[in-house]
Amino acid sequence: MRKTLLLLLVTTFTFSLMKGQDTIPFIKSAQLSAWRSGASDTVYVLNFWATWCAPCVAELPHFEKLHAEYSQKPVRVVLVSTDFRRDVDRRLKPFVERHALKSHVVFLDEKTPNDWIDVVATEWSGAIPATLVVQPKKKFERFFERQVHYEDLEKAVQEALGQ
Amino acid sequence: MKQALQLSLLFFLFSAVSLWAQSGGYRVGDEARDFNLKNVDGKTVSLGKMKKAKGYVVIFTCNHCPFAVAYEDRIIALHKKYAKKGFPVIAINPNDKDIQPADSYENMQKRAKEKGFPFVYLYDETQEIARAYGATRTPHVYLLDKNRRVRYIGAIDDNHEEPNAVKERYLENAIEALLAGKEVPRTETKAIGCTIKWRASAK
Repeated sequence: MRKTLLLLLVTTFTFSLMKGQDTIPFIKSAQLSAWRSGASDTVYVLNFWATWCAPCVAELPHFEKLHAEYSQKPVRVVLVSTDFRRDVDRRLKPFVERHALKSHVVFLDEKTPNDWIDVVATEWSGAIPATLVVQPKKKFERFFERQVHYEDLEKAVQEALGQ
Repeated sequence: MKQALQLSLLFFLFSAVSLWAQSGGYRVGDEARDFNLKNVDGKTVSLGKMKKAKGYVVIFTCNHCPFAVAYEDRIIALHKKYAKKGFPVIAINPNDKDIQPADSYENMQKRAKEKGFPFVYLYDETQEIARAYGATRTPHVYLLDKNRRVRYIGAIDDNHEEPNAVKERYLENAIEALLAGKEVPRTETKAIGCTIKWRASAK
C-alpha cells in the first residue's frame, strides 16, 4: 500500500514537472540574496521582467532556449516577475500557461523596490528588462540592464561554468 | 610583479573610468541643462522661461508604461500641491514612437486631455534631454533647485502599486526640504520602471 502511494506521489510529481508550472511561488528579496551569495555550485540566471513589458517578452525565448540547452548542467534560469501583485492571477498565470514557459517563474512579493534593487546589482537603476548571471562560489557576476541576445547569455553562462 | 601590479592598477582605473562614462547622466549636485521642448499644447517650454519657479520637478514619464500610469494621479496631486509653492512638475516623454507607438506626440496630447494634466507634458523627440540627464526608465525623477542644480534623483515614493500603503514619499520629502532651505534627507532612490525606448541609432 505504502509503495503504491509512493509510486503515485512520484508519478504525480513527475507529471506535474512535465506539465510545467501550476503555481507561481512568491519570493522575498532574501531569496535573491540567497541565490546571489549562497555557497552553491549552480549558475543562476535571474531575469527581471513583467508580462506587459514588450522588450522583456521579446527576450523570453532566449531564456527558454538557455533553460533547455543547459538542462544537464548546473544552470538555473529563474524568471522573476515584477508584475503588479493584483495581476498575478489574472495576467501572470495565464501568460505562463499560454506561452508554456518551462523556466522557473517566480513572483517577487516586495513592496519597496528601493530596498531590493541594490541586492540584485548596485549598478541597476531599476529599468526592466534586467538580467543577472551569477555563480556565487566563483564570485562570477554579469549584469545586463537591457534586452539581451542569446549570445550574451550563453557567453556569460559558459564563463560562469568555467568552460 | 611590480609591473603586473601597475598594469592591473591601470586596467582597474581604465575600467572604472569607462564604467563611469557609460553610466553618464547627472549625479546629485550637478547642474542640469535647460531645454526647449514641445508641450502638448504646441508651445515650446524651457525652464529658464519659468520665472516664478523656485525649482523644477522634472519627471521622465510616458503614456504606455504601467508604472508611469500608476503614478499619473500622484504626479497630478504633486503638481497641484507644489506648483503654487514654486515647484512645478515638468513631465517629459523620451520614448521613441516607432518602438512604442503609444508614446507618440498625438497620444501624449490625448492622454494629457483625458487625465486633465495640469502640468506641461513635453516631447523629447531626439531623446537628447533624457540622455543628457541620464534617465533610464519611466518614471524617473530629477528634482532641480532654482539654479538647476540636481538635488534629488529617483522614485516618487516607495510603493508604486498601492498609493494608500506608501510609507515614504521620497520626492515630496525632498521638495519640502528645499522649501525649508534644508538638505534633502535622501538624495537618491531606485524604483522599477519601464526601460526608455531608445531608437536604434541613439544608443
